[in-house]
Amino acid sequence: MSSDVLNGTARILRRLGGAVTGGISRLGFAARFLVAIVWHSPQAFRRFRLTMREIYFSGVLSLVIILLSGLFVGMVLSLQGYETLKRYGADEQLGILVALSLVRELGPVMAGLLFASRAGSAITAEIGLMKTTEQLSAMEMMAVDPLARVIAPRFWGGVISMPLLAALFSAFGIFGGYLVGVRLIGIDNGAFWGQMQAAVDFWPDITDGIIKSLVFGVAVSLIAVFEGYDAKPTAEGVSAATTRTVVISSLAILALDFVMTVFMFRAGNV
Amino acid sequence: MLAVPNASSSNLLTETCHLDPAAAAIELDDVSFAYDRRPVLQGITMKVPPGKIVAIMGGSGCGKTTILRLIGGQIKPHSGKVLVAGQSVPDLEPEALYALRRKCGMLFQFGALFTDMSVFENIAFPMREHTQLPQELIRDLVLMKLHAVGLRGAADLMPAELSGGMARRVALARAIALDPMLVMYDEPFAGLDPISLGVVGQLIRRLNDALGTTSVVVTHDVYESLKIVDYLYFVSEGRIVAQGTPDAVRESKDAFVRQFVDGEADGPVPFHYPAQSYRKDLFADVQ
Amino acid sequence: MNRSAIDLWVGIFVAIGLGAVLFLALKVGNLLTLDRTAGYRLEASFDNIGGLKLRAPVKAAGVVVGRVEYVRLNPKTYEALVTMRIENQYEFTRDTIASINTSGLLGEVYIGLDAGGDTVMLKDGQRIAKTQSAMVMEKLISQFLFDKAAESGGGGGKK
Repeated sequence: MSSDVLNGTARILRRLGGAVTGGISRLGFAARFLVAIVWHSPQAFRRFRLTMREIYFSGVLSLVIILLSGLFVGMVLSLQGYETLKRYGADEQLGILVALSLVRELGPVMAGLLFASRAGSAITAEIGLMKTTEQLSAMEMMAVDPLARVIAPRFWGGVISMPLLAALFSAFGIFGGYLVGVRLIGIDNGAFWGQMQAAVDFWPDITDGIIKSLVFGVAVSLIAVFEGYDAKPTAEGVSAATTRTVVISSLAILALDFVMTVFMFRAGNV
Repeated sequence: MLAVPNASSSNLLTETCHLDPAAAAIELDDVSFAYDRRPVLQGITMKVPPGKIVAIMGGSGCGKTTILRLIGGQIKPHSGKVLVAGQSVPDLEPEALYALRRKCGMLFQFGALFTDMSVFENIAFPMREHTQLPQELIRDLVLMKLHAVGLRGAADLMPAELSGGMARRVALARAIALDPMLVMYDEPFAGLDPISLGVVGQLIRRLNDALGTTSVVVTHDVYESLKIVDYLYFVSEGRIVAQGTPDAVRESKDAFVRQFVDGEADGPVPFHYPAQSYRKDLFADVQ
Repeated sequence: MNRSAIDLWVGIFVAIGLGAVLFLALKVGNLLTLDRTAGYRLEASFDNIGGLKLRAPVKAAGVVVGRVEYVRLNPKTYEALVTMRIENQYEFTRDTIASINTSGLLGEVYIGLDAGGDTVMLKDGQRIAKTQSAMVMEKLISQFLFDKAAESGGGGGKK
């Protein structure tokens, strides 16, 4: 009996070790993949049409979900925040609460998560399907490098779209906060915007948000194209890859957000 | 990784006529290849004379598609030589491999058309990528290729709107878009209705003769192959077990060829997957 | 999706995206309203600056006239030396009092300037002579308790 337990434990440890080394080697492969994409990127910019098409499919088609989500998040923030601030007589700070929360954190992070699930999974599925139906092989045999023609434009399309989507999320969120705070609850309009303007600095608050969204853009786009390119060329393989894109992108966004926040806002206060 | 070529160095119209008689030949010499530890091909030796159609036949999973990938340079053999037009494919620099592939066309199983582009754009793709031809000329060339396969009226359809046979023909038109010196067909007859089978077979023969190309057809359709090819190779479990002209194959007494051509269930390729004796299996104790 | 439609939509997307960034920078943030380089410097010494932070506002009569630019400790007198940058359009008399205030009970800390009646104005780099330090909560409470104790102790030592 005890030898069974030992065997079971050994098996679990072996699987764990295998998963960890497998994960690390995939990380290394993904890093090399990123270098390869950047190396093959000149064509994506010389023939900007290709990248523009991808900006359309990842950015423009995500607009609806981003704008609506931003609006609702801003409205809820305003509603919830007001209750708490009122208790300390600080309800005029509502504008600051909504603006800083969105611009520093919620804008980039939520836009990143939404982008990963909508556009990231679509990119993975598309590339995975192209791999399954041998379209990528066909391109290779026609002496067209799929990295330059298919992968790089999708990568840069995502990287360019992300900061714009994050800014739109924050902007619409603040507008939603204004709608609830000023129009619905009745906070003074001047106080709302004035306090906000005094407390939100372009540097570092807004620029930090932009940097975050750029980093998220790179991470999500890289994961999306990598998982698609690496997917097993079967129906289950593509489906698994799509799921992995969403899960790993989300985790990456949250982890990177933590790391960046520590660096950005630790040094912000005297 | 492939390098991006200098597209302006090509001239589509003059390149096609310059065919060194020995240039389009393919030679495989004692080639071996294995996936991880599993040997896929062993000791393959075959010759494809220029301008001829050669069929590589065999059951599923015997390594036929691997041979095509070796010829196309997608994979490298573990031993042996792969020569296309006198050049050793595995040793080519990326630029040279690139240049070689521009002179080859490949028809993938089920077509592998680019689903986000129309039929017209699919065929125009290699022209747009590799030449600087003006749009009007490309348009004419695309329509000519479509006319050759009988689908000129379908130029604006999307691949999703095509039937299997039509998709195959469009892919064929795309494979010959740049008038290649070598065309490779991966299971061109798979899953087609009898009429489409006949059409595709006829097109392979006619285009081969009209363009003066060399063709390699990987298939397991015996009937169509015997009608159109010049020579056949039979592959089983990674080795060449038989070869000959269509007439020789029809007359052959070789057991493998006979099983393949006549479609016998059992023969040199066994019916039963390897297992222990039937009696032992039935009477084994259930744990 | 034909090319011109894609061009149009991508153009719109980028335009509104940049518009959002601009909105955030100008309406939400204070990119233009805060002109940090134009202005002259004034210095002031405090025993205790409390919760005063960098870039805290400097207000006179409640109007923001400048920002705190630099804070350091004077190693000889162990007083806090604050450098403020005041907008050029505002001038203050030599006998101005600088005090550290809190807006509301838990609000932000700022420097308040009360101008006096002197005819001479402070110039760039000069120091405000009269200052009032921040009220530190602990000192206030202990002061209050001390006063209270002194009161009741003087009254008879009951309780």
